[in-house]
Amino acid sequence: MQKSLHIDPSKCTSCLQCEMACSFENYGVFNNSLSRIKVFDFHHTGAKVPYTCTQCDEAWCMHACPVEAIKLDKDNGAKVVFEDVCVGCKVCTIACPFGTVNYVAETGKVQKCDLCGGNPACAEACPTGAITYVDANWTGLDRMRQWADKLGNQPA
Amino acid sequence: MAWTRKILRVNLTDRTTKSEPLNMEWANDYLGQRGLATKYLVSEIDPKVDPLSPDNKIIWATGPLTGTMASTGGRYSVVTKGPLTGAIACSNSGGYFGAELKFAGWDMVIIEGRASSPVYLSIQNDKVEIRDASHLWGKTVWETEETLKSEHQDPQVRVSCIGRTGEAGVLYAAIVNDLHRAAGRSGVGAVAGSKNLKALVVRGTLGVGNLANPKEFMKVTFEKKKILKENAVTGQGLPTYGTQVLMNVINEIGAMPTRNHKDVQFEGARKISAEAMHEPRESDGKAQLVNNQGCFGCTIACGRISKIDQTHYTVVNSPKYWGATGGLEYEAAWSLGCANGVDDIEALQYANMLCNEDGFDPISFGATIGAVMELYEMGVLTKEEIGIEAPFGSARALTFLVEQTARGEGFGKIVGLGSKRLCEKYGHPELSMSVKGQEFPAYDARGVQGMGLTYATSNRGACHLRSYTISSEVLGIPVKTDPHTTEGKPALVKAFQDATAVVDSSGLCVFTTFAWALSDIQPQLQAACEGDWSMEKLDLMGERIWNMERQFNNAAGFTRKDDDLPPRLKTEAAKAGPAKGLVSGIDKMIPEYYELRGWDSEGRPTAETVARLGL
Repeated sequence: MQKSLHIDPSKCTSCLQCEMACSFENYGVFNNSLSRIKVFDFHHTGAKVPYTCTQCDEAWCMHACPVEAIKLDKDNGAKVVFEDVCVGCKVCTIACPFGTVNYVAETGKVQKCDLCGGNPACAEACPTGAITYVDANWTGLDRMRQWADKLGNQPA
Repeated sequence: MAWTRKILRVNLTDRTTKSEPLNMEWANDYLGQRGLATKYLVSEIDPKVDPLSPDNKIIWATGPLTGTMASTGGRYSVVTKGPLTGAIACSNSGGYFGAELKFAGWDMVIIEGRASSPVYLSIQNDKVEIRDASHLWGKTVWETEETLKSEHQDPQVRVSCIGRTGEAGVLYAAIVNDLHRAAGRSGVGAVAGSKNLKALVVRGTLGVGNLANPKEFMKVTFEKKKILKENAVTGQGLPTYGTQVLMNVINEIGAMPTRNHKDVQFEGARKISAEAMHEPRESDGKAQLVNNQGCFGCTIACGRISKIDQTHYTVVNSPKYWGATGGLEYEAAWSLGCANGVDDIEALQYANMLCNEDGFDPISFGATIGAVMELYEMGVLTKEEIGIEAPFGSARALTFLVEQTARGEGFGKIVGLGSKRLCEKYGHPELSMSVKGQEFPAYDARGVQGMGLTYATSNRGACHLRSYTISSEVLGIPVKTDPHTTEGKPALVKAFQDATAVVDSSGLCVFTTFAWALSDIQPQLQAACEGDWSMEKLDLMGERIWNMERQFNNAAGFTRKDDDLPPRLKTEAAKAGPAKGLVSGIDKMIPEYYELRGWDSEGRPTAETVARLGL
């Protein structure tokens, strides 16, 4: 079964545990500026939205890469940057419609979410369930259950 | 290591900045943040210094767990000699600024001297600049943050700054970061203003690494987060209702200071409670509360994000206040509401917004308005003098005076002095509900006896955060004690004071202690910090920090007589509720407290105590 990251912004409190978990998993340091998931805090509405790569099937970044540094992890569907191949041309950062692949000046390579090899640290760290790692075919299951509950469990 | 081991020292007079190694011996004895910054301060300034003179210093300090995945590990403190009290001032804030400062590679920033014209400090990792802030002077906190983000062309910078009240020297001006998180009490913002320092702007991309035992740290912090989640207060009460969960609770036990402490229950409490914030309004069908927000790293998320009623008289013509922003916390709802008898929750939210927008402490402000209203009802203050009729319960007077104070206009200038100076000016010093010049927070010392001792002995003047015995006396954490008795309270207060001093020095939030004992924090420190961090060491450290602050205050001129409550709390019995008939037993508790502390009858640590604590 393939899984995917599922984000429910209404549950996010902008605590940034996900960002720290991401940087710690990938670089061994708590450093939000290195996180591949970002939480956006929209002050005027109060909305807090975690955002990261959704691992497109036809991934623009992967197709745009001239040196094939971004490859599919067949086990989990992640599009993974191979740093030893990446030449830092940044074409993928232009190709990605969502901005979720980014250049890292310190390494001269790009980085993006790779689902931590199938065990995403952000989802594990999220204290509210705003970020979950669920069956890719059924990301809507929770919401369906909520509405089903409304439909079937109404007081008579 | 947990510490970055670097201090940034900035001299505004000479316009110089330099990096210094952190004194690791001191870090071993005082941990970080509150303890360590206070150690630096007391070692470097004359306790008798005028708080608003260039000779005072002001320190922004993080703790060893700031900027880590430990829950709530995002705190910083501002430490200085406070202008409201003349005592040690240490104000703690959340939001995201503290972690950013740590990520930039600094444990603390020590500011000295006074700039000849307005400046702000720009910190991008190692790159530090003192920059001109003349264009920011006169701007609010909100305008300042917006301007700086735009000028730095970086939406990710974090800003800690003062508003117009800090510039004007309002004695309870705060330092605000992330728009609505504040190092709120004791007037630390006025000290920054006196130095012509408008803001610190920080972008840190170095992160926090090199923990002593990263694997163990991740394991233990994960376990401890689970405790917070499963606890009724930190897992349900605080995220759902915020600190406002207390409004009805404290009112019911008759410990709600009302109308300048004339009463102990507020008939309008329900209308300004957490529950009221959740209810749809008549005007627009929406609740005032939008959602909750965590500070950096916080898995509790007690913060309130609210939207004011757009049709309310205060904002109907001011769309800039219509957006979501920091909402009412319990202390502010009390001080702006109960302390003045005002039950218009939208007026309270407006006053709260202005406190954030122009950076001043809603507790001291609201409590000062309580004194103003009492003086008005006595006929001492008049409509002509104040600029408006100001009886208890007048939302119009509250919102008029919050505007005047924010802008430094008219009677707002007098309100900006705080209740002690205001009441003295009008010949009624006894009406200032304060200790050491700092106003009480939201718990009546008659209904909760331990809080009376907490206030009387707090090193920064009246404060609930120095030993929150409400936990024990009302909530039963860790054990229930009787709020109406003085018995056992000196030991309870001492234990809370010492433990809290450690929490405040760690980078964590004191709200974790609803679920965590110090023994839950100890393994997190042990995994993060090199060396031995046993419970024995932490217990002694808390006591050491407390006594260090006390010694500073003693040297600044405070004596036994300053550890006291206003006569009202000692002579006018609670009129209603479960505590009816009680006064504060503070005079009984003080001698026992001194003895437990190892102080002489004048409240000075004995030579033996000083030696035992290695002071």
